[in-house]
Amino acid sequence: MAEAAISVKNLAVRFASEAGAVTALEGVGFDVPEGGFITMLGPSGCGKSTLLRAIADLVEISEGAISVFGRTPEAARLARDFAFVFQDASLLPWRSAIDNVRLPLEVGGKAGVVDQHASPEDLLALVGLAGRERALPHELSGGMRQRVSIARALVTRPRVLLMDEPFGALDEINRDRLNEELLRIWAETGTTIMFVTHSVPEAAFLGQRVLVLSAHPGRVREYAKVDLTAERRLAMRETVEFIRITAHLRGLLEAA
Amino acid sequence: MADIEADGRPATAQATIQAQPRRRHFWRDKGPAIAVAVGIILLWQAIVVGFSIPTYIAPSPIQVAQVFLEQGDVLWINFWPTLLEAAAGFLVGNTVAVVLAIWFVHSRLAERAFYPIAVFINTIPIIAVAPILVLILGNGYAPKIVIAALICFFPTLVNMVRGLKAVSPEMLELMRVLSASPREVLFKVRLQSSLPFLFAALKIASTTCVIGAIVGEWIGSNYGLGSLIIEATYNFRSPLLYATVVLGAGLAVAFFSLTSLVEKRVLTWKTQDVH
Repeated sequence: MAEAAISVKNLAVRFASEAGAVTALEGVGFDVPEGGFITMLGPSGCGKSTLLRAIADLVEISEGAISVFGRTPEAARLARDFAFVFQDASLLPWRSAIDNVRLPLEVGGKAGVVDQHASPEDLLALVGLAGRERALPHELSGGMRQRVSIARALVTRPRVLLMDEPFGALDEINRDRLNEELLRIWAETGTTIMFVTHSVPEAAFLGQRVLVLSAHPGRVREYAKVDLTAERRLAMRETVEFIRITAHLRGLLEAA
Repeated sequence: MADIEADGRPATAQATIQAQPRRRHFWRDKGPAIAVAVGIILLWQAIVVGFSIPTYIAPSPIQVAQVFLEQGDVLWINFWPTLLEAAAGFLVGNTVAVVLAIWFVHSRLAERAFYPIAVFINTIPIIAVAPILVLILGNGYAPKIVIAALICFFPTLVNMVRGLKAVSPEMLELMRVLSASPREVLFKVRLQSSLPFLFAALKIASTTCVIGAIVGEWIGSNYGLGSLIIEATYNFRSPLLYATVVLGAGLAVAFFSLTSLVEKRVLTWKTQDVH
């Protein structure tokens, strides 16, 4: 746990817009330990998605540095160090569940050649979709589609899983179930996870630490520790300790 | 894994809808349209006979049907060239449109340079270009094929460009995270996503290519359905004229049905717009 999986130092991201330069992130710095589960919370427009996209080499850095296992985001992308899960499952509608999971193994030229990829069948079983391998996306529910997209992200055995509000479009029942399953998958795979959400209970329930950002420009408000046992259960969310944590996080958001 | 969907329907509802027998629905679906069509033909026959309309002004449906029996050979001899020109024009026009669309999507410069010209070509009435093309390309198949191709070209180009760009930004970001090359994005994502758009355009083209071939045959041609239309009109052979029009329409319907059939076979994953 000593080595930092992701290290962000003095990061700034600025976009050119018609009204001049817009600063999305300013002076952001934090470390994510290897095998950690970090959630990111902040008011909308605080740049939490931008931060995740900068780590994924989808957004250009204006200042500062990001390192993923000692590599630049670009080198980490080419080495398949991380995988990304979007809010929309983004499955190819003409491909069956299993073929969607195989997609990362078919593209990317040299980067696509992964020596030790996971078995797509095993991954679908891991996300609870055994027996639905041949199903097309439109035959699956929203929750199931997101499970497929998580299996697809895991197929290259990434060391880091970057998740951008992956359960934001799901109903609460599905969201709760997937939260528990994600923790199980995290425990089984040992992957480092960075998870963006706008739900305070979700951030507290999943994260070992919660990175709270303030808006305009996005800065780190607090990198809060979540003092809960490693093993989390949904019923925990009704406990005093849990509510104390969420109250603290809400306080930070209001001040942000 | 019984997952609950947002709208409360079980995820397998789609499969049961598709599994329903088709024949039972045939008369319920198509019956009214067939009844109206038969009614119009009967009404037409009644008006022509009832008002004693001269044949050269408007022939009765029975007279038109007689042409198919008695002058079938004339119709068929002229049918095949039109079929060939329309099919060749369809193939050439759509192929060029698809290739250009792929180029436009990969090169902003190409799109900026050629798209306005494509729009300009589209604004020229095809009937006005036809004589020019006949002068340049002679009196063979070539000008008809080019006219049929031109008429197919534009809707397919516009739709194909839209289709290739209709990929969600998240899908493109996913491909970027996977370090996919533009070629991989084209073959794994863009082409398949564009198919619903392409088929929408091909269905339009499947009927307009017949128009293109017939218009091409109007200009000094001595074969084809288009030339037969001109000849029958000037000689007041109205039953033959009507029969030719019916045959031309039949050709367009056949092309359209064939395109729809291929679409159903290819787009099995596209179920949103199943009736």
